[in-house]
Amino acid sequence: MFSYCTDPSTLEGLTWLSCYLTTGKHLSFYASFVTVLVLLAITAPTALLFGFGGATAARSRIAPLRWFGKGYTAIVRGVPDIAFFLFFVIALDQAFEYLRHKVKCPDWEEPIRQGNDFIVCQAAKLPLSTAPQWVHETYGFLLAVLTFAIVFGAFAANVLYGAMNAVPHAQMETAEAYGMSHRQAFWRIMVPQMWVYALPGLSNLWMVLIKATPLLFLLGVEDIVYWARELGGTVNPRFTDYPHGDWRLYYFTFLLIFYLGFTRVSEIVLERLMKKLTHGQATTGGEAQRKAAA
Amino acid sequence: MSCIETIQAYALRSIGLGERLLPRGDYTLCEHFTLIGSGMIWNVYFAVMALLLGFFFANVLALGKAAQSAWLRKPSEWFIFLFRGSPLFIQFFFAYFLFLRLKSVSPMFDGLTAAGLGALIVLFLNTAAYSAEIFYGALRSIPKGDVEAADAYGITGFRRFRRIIWPTMLRLAWPAYTNEAIFLFHATTLVFFSAFPVHQQKGDSLYYASYFADKTFNPFVPYPILAMYFILFTLVIVWLFGMVNKRLNRHLPQAQRPRVRYRPNLLR
Repeated sequence: MFSYCTDPSTLEGLTWLSCYLTTGKHLSFYASFVTVLVLLAITAPTALLFGFGGATAARSRIAPLRWFGKGYTAIVRGVPDIAFFLFFVIALDQAFEYLRHKVKCPDWEEPIRQGNDFIVCQAAKLPLSTAPQWVHETYGFLLAVLTFAIVFGAFAANVLYGAMNAVPHAQMETAEAYGMSHRQAFWRIMVPQMWVYALPGLSNLWMVLIKATPLLFLLGVEDIVYWARELGGTVNPRFTDYPHGDWRLYYFTFLLIFYLGFTRVSEIVLERLMKKLTHGQATTGGEAQRKAAA
Repeated sequence: MSCIETIQAYALRSIGLGERLLPRGDYTLCEHFTLIGSGMIWNVYFAVMALLLGFFFANVLALGKAAQSAWLRKPSEWFIFLFRGSPLFIQFFFAYFLFLRLKSVSPMFDGLTAAGLGALIVLFLNTAAYSAEIFYGALRSIPKGDVEAADAYGITGFRRFRRIIWPTMLRLAWPAYTNEAIFLFHATTLVFFSAFPVHQQKGDSLYYASYFADKTFNPFVPYPILAMYFILFTLVIVWLFGMVNKRLNRHLPQAQRPRVRYRPNLLR
């Protein structure tokens, strides 16, 4: 990175450290923090969407849809999340390949499951074996995002379901008295009002989502945990210009501090948001604000 | 091999008894059930030990956080923030590498890098922090009248704590604490997927489930079996904690007793 880094063996102290911390691998390490942030940025809205779908399904007047919505939240919440992560990554991959197989190779004779193998035709492979490396990585990342969205969607569904029920029933009755249809009352009365009730639950969910991001490592994405293990391990002078002992403890201390800081900042931001949203609301929080101002 | 033989060979495989070699080739459903069930021994061990030990420490921490003196309050607050503010997954990694470092200092710390002790310590500290926050919340919502009544009767000091404040705190905290127990039980699956190594393939239920999924490339059999086991044990926890809840609230008329609602929080 710097011009004086050409011969690291002559360097010492801070200059050595400055060279060490800017090697190519370390830059990948820093980039993996961006991966985590991107994951959060994509997953949070997707999970919210899944959650909204789940909550609406659980309230549906059509019985099978209602069972689906309730079953979705109940099962995901009753089983360890990590089991779901491990399950969905393979299951989704196989489901996609199976669908493509059915479409692209309709005249394929052999069964797909042969003993312990899962075999689809070449054209149905995802990503194609000829695809460049970045396609493989992006595909892996997208599978991870979808998995996160499914699992956290169930949590969000539960929060939103509670929030929908918390909207005073009289509001809905009034809407119907004014001649709104079921659909109109839902979109115009319930959905705008439910957010205040949902926010505490959703902010809790956000914290949990932050703390779930290291699980990306288990899904095979090269995330911060992967790089911390990789970079922290003992390196032999034969393979690197920057030999050092087992530094994984220091790398993980750094990750620990990163997460603590991230949680703290989120806490402060969410608290401000909550203050803003409760302003003028007919809840105890809003009432307390009004009294404090008066 | 018949199913009975499989059970005899593998039921205690996760703690190193019985057949050493894991089954190969075509895996039967019976082998799936037996090995994954065998792995549950670890999950139950971690959950029970961590909860039992964590309960006492959580009480101390909650009292510390509610204390007047900053010398008691600050350390408790920081401890709780440290364990609740960071992912359990990272805590496992951090602890493992810390234990490795300690091991090189003195042979006294040798046992810590094994999951049975090292991971248990992490889970214990983690559940203590989460439960302490629950207990602290309950401590703050004890009805003012209860404490005033105790004062009026001349019950003071430790006796007031032991007979009035503490039971009320438990009563208030119990539904949330039930969820914490379920939640911790689910978290035990993380142990062998973080840094702690699996010794001679003696892993927990998720370890065996993912072993089968890797070998057969078919996730649709082992994971539902695992899910079934977990739902079963979760129901047992709900039942056990429900019994305690009943005993805690035995003075209340039937209708007023708070019901424990199954609402496992989220992952940590």
